[in-house]
Amino acid sequence: MAAPSNNPPLLEVKNLRVEFPTRRGTLLAVDDVSFDIAPGEVLGVVGESGAGKSLTGNAIIGLLEPPGRIAGGEVRLEGRRIDDLPYEEMRKVRGAKIGAIFQDPLTSLNPLYSVGRQLVETIQTHLPLSAGQARTRALDLLKEVGIPAAESRIDHYPHQFSGGMRQRVVIALALCADPRLIVADEPTTALDVSIQAQIIALLKRLCREHKTAVMLVTHDMGVIAETADRVAVMYAGRIVEIGPVRDVVKHAKHPYTKGLMGSIPSLGIRHDRLTQIDGAMPRLTEIPPGCAFNPRCTERGRRCLGERPDLMAAGATRAACWLHERGGVGTAVTKELADA
Amino acid sequence: MPDGGSQFVRLAGLKRYFDVSAPWLVRVIEGRPRQIVQAVDGVDIEIAKGETFSLVGESGCGKSTVARLVVGLYPPTDGSIAFDGNDMTARRSQAEMAALRRRMQMIFQDPYASLNPRWRVFDIVAEPIRAFGLAKGKTDLEARVGELLRQVRLTPADGAKYPHEFSGGQRQRISIARALASEPEFLVCDEPTSALDVSVQAQILNLMVDLQRRLKLTYLFISHNLAVVYHISTRVGVMYLGRLVEVAPTETLFRRPKHPYTRMLLDTIPDLDMSGRQRAPVAGEVPSPIDPPSGCTFHPRCPFATDRCKAERPRPIAVDGGTVACHAIEEGRLAVEERSYAAAT
Repeated sequence: MAAPSNNPPLLEVKNLRVEFPTRRGTLLAVDDVSFDIAPGEVLGVVGESGAGKSLTGNAIIGLLEPPGRIAGGEVRLEGRRIDDLPYEEMRKVRGAKIGAIFQDPLTSLNPLYSVGRQLVETIQTHLPLSAGQARTRALDLLKEVGIPAAESRIDHYPHQFSGGMRQRVVIALALCADPRLIVADEPTTALDVSIQAQIIALLKRLCREHKTAVMLVTHDMGVIAETADRVAVMYAGRIVEIGPVRDVVKHAKHPYTKGLMGSIPSLGIRHDRLTQIDGAMPRLTEIPPGCAFNPRCTERGRRCLGERPDLMAAGATRAACWLHERGGVGTAVTKELADA
Repeated sequence: MPDGGSQFVRLAGLKRYFDVSAPWLVRVIEGRPRQIVQAVDGVDIEIAKGETFSLVGESGCGKSTVARLVVGLYPPTDGSIAFDGNDMTARRSQAEMAALRRRMQMIFQDPYASLNPRWRVFDIVAEPIRAFGLAKGKTDLEARVGELLRQVRLTPADGAKYPHEFSGGQRQRISIARALASEPEFLVCDEPTSALDVSVQAQILNLMVDLQRRLKLTYLFISHNLAVVYHISTRVGVMYLGRLVEVAPTETLFRRPKHPYTRMLLDTIPDLDMSGRQRAPVAGEVPSPIDPPSGCTFHPRCPFATDRCKAERPRPIAVDGGTVACHAIEEGRLAVEERSYAAAT
């Protein structure tokens, strides 16, 4: 279930809403999302494109692109509210307390500065170190993330590194000030499979050693299965299921999660056909009333058309589906309604 | 051409080099040498009628270049391509060439870039029919396009819309409908699902399997996603730096991988079953194809490399129903290991 209650969560997100004002009205891209991350825990956030997973990550680190804005709810880091901090205050939190890793390592590094200079600048922004000490720390970080010949590579520019090496530099940057939480947004998507495995192994090792919590945003269920402790599945701006990764992968409770798992081709067994979820995720302008998944759901009942389910206990996980109301009693109710 | 009768598509010694040198004047002034990328460096593939042959490999291994060579988007530097017994590199009249070209079509990776945004879907799908003169009159054309759209689970009314009105998965259906318009027998699919979300990917893969059965299509399927390849292929070829390192029937390749690179690739597949299988991330990255390593191009990353591997390029040898290009396998230094995958319940 949720994080152990005896030690307070590192990150608390409560009823977070992110909206985009447009000419044709306000779009709700993240709708009432709540979750916790315990210290040292890896929370995976999966979903298909447009599900709102990256926006949730960006809202937490305070990097929403205007006109996107937080419209409600709160984000607390170590008990302190951070979603309403002024820009300068947030800058101090970002980097020092929360590190960020983005998808494309080429765009998250400055092409005009050597990687050493970027590391030293970040370290000196957050830690009271002299230039020499900062450079030593930068060198240590580069060695730690597995850059060969770090002594000479530190003065190279991003274009002189390969994709995998660049992502290692980005990870070193995120770790500069020993943050408590890293928000990693599709950290391996731009990389080849063999490099992807290296980066995942690296991220896992570093977070264990530094006891850093990670919010891992990705569309790749395989990456989550290997890395995360818990996983949140997002659909159309809401969390539809959250729970320990093993239970969500093996015994998914929400019909969307079940379909999603079935649609991933797996090794070992060759099915004639993959499970498929017909249709596509609705656009933000066309989210249906009731449960947003209802037009694609095979177990839809009448209640699903009108009333939106919140997360409720469903076995070892929590799912936003009327089937699990009152611990599964809901099944019969909705079926009955569907027949009526 | 002496062609083995049963082979539908045959690539022999196929090579494609790209000149990526600096301009002539820069080369002369700065004394820089010519730079040649050996994108495809001697590939032999035979594809039987009705099968799905997949090419896998990491970016830059030349798999997309092979796809483009096969459909004639690039002329080969060397080697031959035979399609149903016809040498595609031979000189022919335009009419003869068109008759052959009609029988093969391509599906591209990015459905956002491969459809003309200014054309209506009807015209996009009708273009091959018009180009090859396959319809008799307007009503016949409309009937054919309607049928094609229905075949990919769209409606004939969708023909009046523009590509931007469709989602990624629907656009890929449109490009499949267009590819099927000329009634081809052979489809080259270059990463057709890589740009799509998993649930949509499942829809497209299911559709491709259905169409293959119904229309007796032969596929050349290019992908970097091994799980997808496992699901869809009859046989698989693994490419590394422009060369085929291993070709085998799908089940054999995944159960008893021979080449060290194939083994490494299989190790990188994230484990959804969480059986606790240890992934061994292999050090190193793919070297530049401009200056590939000598001998076996995989030797700098290979844990079993010897001096012979550094000097001599391995020849493909027949093993266990497939072919492998590896000295360690040929010399019997490297035992074949059985792999099992936790069968999900």
